[in-house]
This record gives sequence, structure tokens and C-alpha cells, in this order.
Amino acid sequence: MSVSQTTFRAALLDPSAAVPDGLWDAAERPAGRRFSVYRNNVAVSLTEAMHQAFPVITQLLGSQNMDGLAGLFLRKHPPSSPLMMFYGEEFPEFLAGMEQLSHLGYLADVARLELALRRSYHSADSQAAPPDALAIPPEEIVLAKLEFAPSLKVLRSDWPLFSIWRFNSEDGAPKPAPGSEDILITRPEFDPAPHLLPKGGADWIAHIQAGLTIGEAFEHTSAEFPEFDLGATLALLLQGGAITSVSIERLAT
Amino acid sequence: MLDSSRQSNRLPAAPGVGYKPQHYDQILDHAHPVGWLEIHAENYMGDGGRPLAQLRHLSEKFPISVHGVGLSIGGEGPLDPDHLARLKHLVGWLNPASFSEHLAWSTHDSHFLNDLLPLPYTDETLERICAHIDQVQETVGRQMLLENPSSYLAFEESSWSEPDFLREIARRTGCGLLLDVNNVFVSATNLDFSPQSYIDAYPLNNVHEIHLGGHDEDEDDHGRPLLIDSHGREVVDPVWALLDYVLDRSGPKPVLIEWDTDVPDWSVLRAEADRAQAALDRIPA
Repeated sequence: MSVSQTTFRAALLDPSAAVPDGLWDAAERPAGRRFSVYRNNVAVSLTEAMHQAFPVITQLLGSQNMDGLAGLFLRKHPPSSPLMMFYGEEFPEFLAGMEQLSHLGYLADVARLELALRRSYHSADSQAAPPDALAIPPEEIVLAKLEFAPSLKVLRSDWPLFSIWRFNSEDGAPKPAPGSEDILITRPEFDPAPHLLPKGGADWIAHIQAGLTIGEAFEHTSAEFPEFDLGATLALLLQGGAITSVSIERLAT
Repeated sequence: MLDSSRQSNRLPAAPGVGYKPQHYDQILDHAHPVGWLEIHAENYMGDGGRPLAQLRHLSEKFPISVHGVGLSIGGEGPLDPDHLARLKHLVGWLNPASFSEHLAWSTHDSHFLNDLLPLPYTDETLERICAHIDQVQETVGRQMLLENPSSYLAFEESSWSEPDFLREIARRTGCGLLLDVNNVFVSATNLDFSPQSYIDAYPLNNVHEIHLGGHDEDEDDHGRPLLIDSHGREVVDPVWALLDYVLDRSGPKPVLIEWDTDVPDWSVLRAEADRAQAALDRIPA
């Protein structure tokens, strides 16, 4: 009796399935709970990985609820790669689809934030542009194009995502008020940190990433967000070491 | 078959420990830390950040052993080419003192199950594993060591003993072996054989590294002891005794302490490494 890996895996991920025939103990009796050791290793290690990957979600839901959710999630979405550092890619969508959690609509965005923090943590290193790279005349600043660190991540949310994150990870942080908040993640050295982006900041960064100059990106952004604060956005980027190069195409004279 | 000039294992015959980031400062501050460090390859396959920075720094001070846990050498399907490329990249830039993987499978139909799953020891499995090891050694460009598993059950279809199976793999592929002494003890208890006779049958000449770790105790459906390879506590006395039995026959080897869950303070891990040093010291040079 041979046991294929397809059979083995199916029984591994379904605790109610029978232990495959052809597996036995030293006395040639059916393997029984010996097979459960593998079932348990898989479920426990992946559940543990989910706790580590989504600490704020775990805190919001409670550890036991997270165990239950992780159990459902890992059977629906076993890892697709041995790089456990990136496990949980589908978790935001999974949370959004859970009817029992529909009263906590922001959970999916919190999960997206935790994923983005992890991606930033493992992003390639980069050298920040010198602090005076933007100490140039305003007429030149508008012509400048910027490049960003690979560890920079932007999240847009219809929820007060930054306030929710702070409230659940910082002692004494204020209670979140209704509203939408976009987040900028920067990683000055090795520790990524989320920051609240000024309204329009996420759009402006996307325009810069698409190759527009600072001035062009500003015009597009302030057309939609007249209150857009370019200075505050640039300050967040500079403080986070997120600008890696400033290039200026001067007009021909 | 690997060209013998590329069998470049350079781990010292000294104790090493499985590296945990929480011990980074103590390892660097300690006047006499350990002889070498082992890392899990998959934890260092990101693009950058603290893990790689720490590894670069540690590799300037310690011989490093790269121990893969995700290649699924025993998988029925082909090896994941992306993962193989990541291993080649890591081994390429780090140039570690040793590179090892497991006699196990963990990926099937592109699902990674995050555990080392068991294999039937048949001619068919043998062919497949040898082909995979040839591919790994060819791609990575150096010898790999293959580790014996801890077993909780046996396959009806198996027709080889584990030591013979490993000997034949090493003969056909030129790979080296990593002998996990705790795994031998766990499997021997679980499958009711003598750990000493396993060692007597095992090709010790091919061993380039030894692993030790702690296990948990449970029972099977018939009240028989079922040991579980948990890497979450001290190595037990009978496993230390089995290490002595091995070293008396193999001579000095690099000996690793693995402690992966409920990771203790550095001093506790260091004490286990000291005990491994004592085991190495008692064999005649």
C-alpha cells in the first residue's frame, strides 16, 4: 500500500479525514495518533506564524479568536512559498470575507498595514539622499524628480487606520475618531514605522513614483486636495530617510 | 555525482548553536562564544534589512552553516526553481562553511506545509531524491549535507533501512551527511529499534556535522512512548550518551545545539554548548 503525497497532504490539512492506510507503528498497527503529530506540527507552526505576523489583529480579536481564524485561514490558504516571512498575503481579503467580522470593517486594512510593515522590514537597503539635497532654490525644487527607498510603503484607507494602529500598539494613545487616514511607512535604518500622511500625500507620492516632478505632482494633487501640505509630506520623507535621490533637469539657457 | 574538489565543508570540530536574533548582542559581547553558528536559510532570503545586516556581520566573525528547511528534497514534484535560485544566491554571497538540508518533503503542488514530512524508503524515492540532490549540488555549486529525520510512523511500502538508504544516497550523489543524534534517539524510541545498532549501520565516514536538540514526550494510542522532536528544551542524558557513542566511532565532529521554540537565555544555550565541548574533549585526539 503506497501513500502518495497528495493523500498525505489532504489528510494533514483535514483533521476529520481518516489517517491514510499504509502508515503504521513498529508493530504494524495503524499509525493513529502518530499521524496527528504531523497534523499538529503543521497547524501549530502556521498558527504561531500568523500570531507573529499579525500582532495587532491578534490583540484586537484576542489570542483564542486568532487561533480559530488562523486555523480556518491556513486550511484555505496554506503557504505558497517556504518564505514564512511573507506568509499571510491573502489574510486581509480573508478577513474582509468573514461575515462574523463584518462589524469590524477596518480589520482588513489593519492586516494590510501589518503586511506592509513586514515587507518594509525585509526590503532592500538603500542610502538616503543627504539632508541638504533639497536645500535648493524653490524654482529648482519644483523641477526636481525624486526616487524613494524600496522600504517606503503607502497605504490608503477609508478608516482612521493610523489612529487605530496607534491605539492598539501605543500606551495612552488617543481613541480613534471617525474619518479616513492614509499611512506612510518609512524605515530609517532597520525598523519600519508608520506615519500619518497629510491629505493628498498618497496621491502626490504616487505621481512622483510615476516620474512626475515635484511641481507637476503638486499641481495634480492640489487640484483634488487644495489643502495638500507638500512641506509636511517632504518632511516625513526626509526624516524617514525615504528619499534616495534628487535629480533636477534644468531648463536649457 | 559531485566532483570531490567541491566537498568544501569548513566547520570546525567544535560546538555551534542555532543562531537566534535575540542572542545577537550576547554572541558579539561574549569573550568565548561558540565555534560556529547555524542559520535557517529561509529566514535570510529577504532583500535586505536587519536579518541580512546581522548575518553579514556575524559571518565576519564566525563560520556559518546554512541549514535549509524548505527545499522539499523528497517532494514528488520538481524542486521549486525560484527557491533553488534563492539558495544559490544566499550560498553564493555568504560562502558559508557548510550547507545542509533534510531527508523530508514539505511542499506539494506549490503548497508549503512548514513541517518536515516523512518519506517511504523505496527504490522510487531513492531515484527521485538522488536526482534532486544532483540538481541542488549542480545549481548551488557545492556539496550539500543531508540530515536524517525524526520519525513518528513507518511506511508499509518501505524496503530500505534508513542508514542503508542514506548511505546509498551519499554514494550516488557525493553528498555528505548531517547526523542528528536526537532524531536517531526519537525515531528509535518511536519505532522500537536500538539507536546504537542504527549508529553501527550508519556511514559515519560521510558525516560532516552532528545535531543535538531537545524533544517532548507523549504516548501513542497503545500507551507506548511517542517522542516529539520539538527543539524546545535541553538535550536529555540518553541523547548525550548516544553522542558519546557516535564520537567514539566517528572522531571529533562539529556539534550543533538546536533550540528553536521557547528559546532560552543565551547562558542556557551556552551551557548546552559547553556540554558538547566536554563530549568532544573526552575523545582522544
